[in-house]
Amino acid sequence: MRADLFDRYQARASLVHALDPRAKVVMAVLFILSNVLLPDGAWAAFLISWGAILGISLLARLGPGFVVNRSVVALPFVLAAVSAIFSVPGRPVAALELGAWRLLVTEAGLIRFASIVVRSWLSVQIAILLAATTHFPDLLHALRHLYVPKMVVAVVAFMYRYLFVLADESTRLLRARDARSPRPEGGGGLSAAWRARVAGNMVGQLFLRSFERSDRVYSAMLARGYTGQLLTLNPHAMQAKDWLALLLLALFSVSIQVFSRL
Amino acid sequence: MVPHFPLFKPLPLHIPDGFLSLPVALIFWVISIGLIAIAVRRTQGELGERQIPLMGVMAAFIFAAQMINFPVAGGTSGHLLGGALAAITLGPWAAMIVMASVIGVQALLFQDGGLVVMGANIYNMGLMTALIGYGLYRGVAGTRRSVRLSVAGLAAWLSVMAGALATALQLWLSGTALLRVVVPAMLGVHALIGLGEALITVAALAFISRVRPDLVEAQRSSGGRGWIFAGLAATFAVVLLSPLASANPDGLERVAADLGFTGHAGPLPFQILPDYTFPFFGGTGLSTVVAGALGVLVVAALTLFLLRAIRRASRPEHLVNAPETDAR
Repeated sequence: MRADLFDRYQARASLVHALDPRAKVVMAVLFILSNVLLPDGAWAAFLISWGAILGISLLARLGPGFVVNRSVVALPFVLAAVSAIFSVPGRPVAALELGAWRLLVTEAGLIRFASIVVRSWLSVQIAILLAATTHFPDLLHALRHLYVPKMVVAVVAFMYRYLFVLADESTRLLRARDARSPRPEGGGGLSAAWRARVAGNMVGQLFLRSFERSDRVYSAMLARGYTGQLLTLNPHAMQAKDWLALLLLALFSVSIQVFSRL
Repeated sequence: MVPHFPLFKPLPLHIPDGFLSLPVALIFWVISIGLIAIAVRRTQGELGERQIPLMGVMAAFIFAAQMINFPVAGGTSGHLLGGALAAITLGPWAAMIVMASVIGVQALLFQDGGLVVMGANIYNMGLMTALIGYGLYRGVAGTRRSVRLSVAGLAAWLSVMAGALATALQLWLSGTALLRVVVPAMLGVHALIGLGEALITVAALAFISRVRPDLVEAQRSSGGRGWIFAGLAATFAVVLLSPLASANPDGLERVAADLGFTGHAGPLPFQILPDYTFPFFGGTGLSTVVAGALGVLVVAALTLFLLRAIRRASRPEHLVNAPETDAR
């Protein structure tokens, strides 16, 4: 398994990639906030926001389809918002009889539902842009500069470092299980509870291997002079272009808020 | 065989951005940041520099353990969420940091869960699970192995239910979902998911305690008795609130409106169901009183827990606040 299996970074030489990571994190959060704050049914504003996302992904040389293709990840959660259709009072469109329940589909409810879906779809694309244009270690560095506790950043850094090691470990466990668990002809076999127990044993096994590995990692680090501080050779500094990009995005967010409420 | 990566298909508890209103998202950010700040101080005092590699590798473990699935029926498969297991094996504070890291990486790297709503996701999947998972398990520390394992299973199941209930309530308070639909739906689905969680957690703990009894038997990162109380309070809140929210949504909606939540959603949807009565509680004043009393109880329990946690966190003052040096 490759060490960068989990990295979502897309190497390109672009203006977006070259921005300071902390500026990108702040911009992404600002942009998502701006989406979340757009009122229901502000279709023109949604479209402009999407245009901006498209513009940024072209500027980042990711191509027009990249972000959209990845953005299906949040789709299953849309189910959780379906009941919004019935939750807003307004002009009724249709009625549903579900046993003792009588649910009224309203126009405002449909608009609320569609707006929630669009907002989350736009927001996911922004998060994808952030992950695709920023090295994860740089992202961690940005979080440190943005006052996320040192310890939390260090834990996440270690997690990222050992993610593929342990994913590899659990792939091996799964492969071993599959190799030794022939399925009887025509299905059958032991109960789901038994299968769950086997999975649990494997989780326990993985736990012990991880625990022992963390011991080894720690002594290896001590051997190399670890004092509890993590150092980096990759310092970041905010430059004029980073401030400019931040300013532009802030202006965009404010004006789209005003525009959507006109 | 290509392994099945659950990280590529979101778990039903990872709320994406856009599903929660800003006030709800911010409230849960504040709660999560507060608890994580305490957790950072506590773990620093307990384990020193040793803890960073341990928690980092354990966070990667939770991530990798979520890949280990087992077929249930009809093409679906069950797997671990891991909050209760982390809390029982690592102690509650370390588990909070571990789970927050897992959720943060899932959001930042895989867009599994949103950035602005991350506080809510951390609360639902990291903090509630640690509270219930550890609190209940701590209550039976030192008893027989079978008792401990059963309680661990119950705690794992309840921690998933608590996360599901919290998610449902957040969606409802944000005006994203109808209370009378989202609570039964979320709890129904997660009653099954929680069963898988319970089975895996119990089996994993049993396995660990057979091979390395020292890891689970001795409370490595011991929490005080306050955890038992807090865990029980959270459990009671879930156990009492779930049927109430399912059977009598009107009462809860009225309480929320009285407290100023859901105000932005305009008039409450009573007129949607004009002649709507439920067989058990109906729309009587009694149900409102019951719901109100419960709300007060939950808030009181949470406040008490927070106060205790802060008081305890402020004790090992000499161990924290190493001079801040920028890593350049």
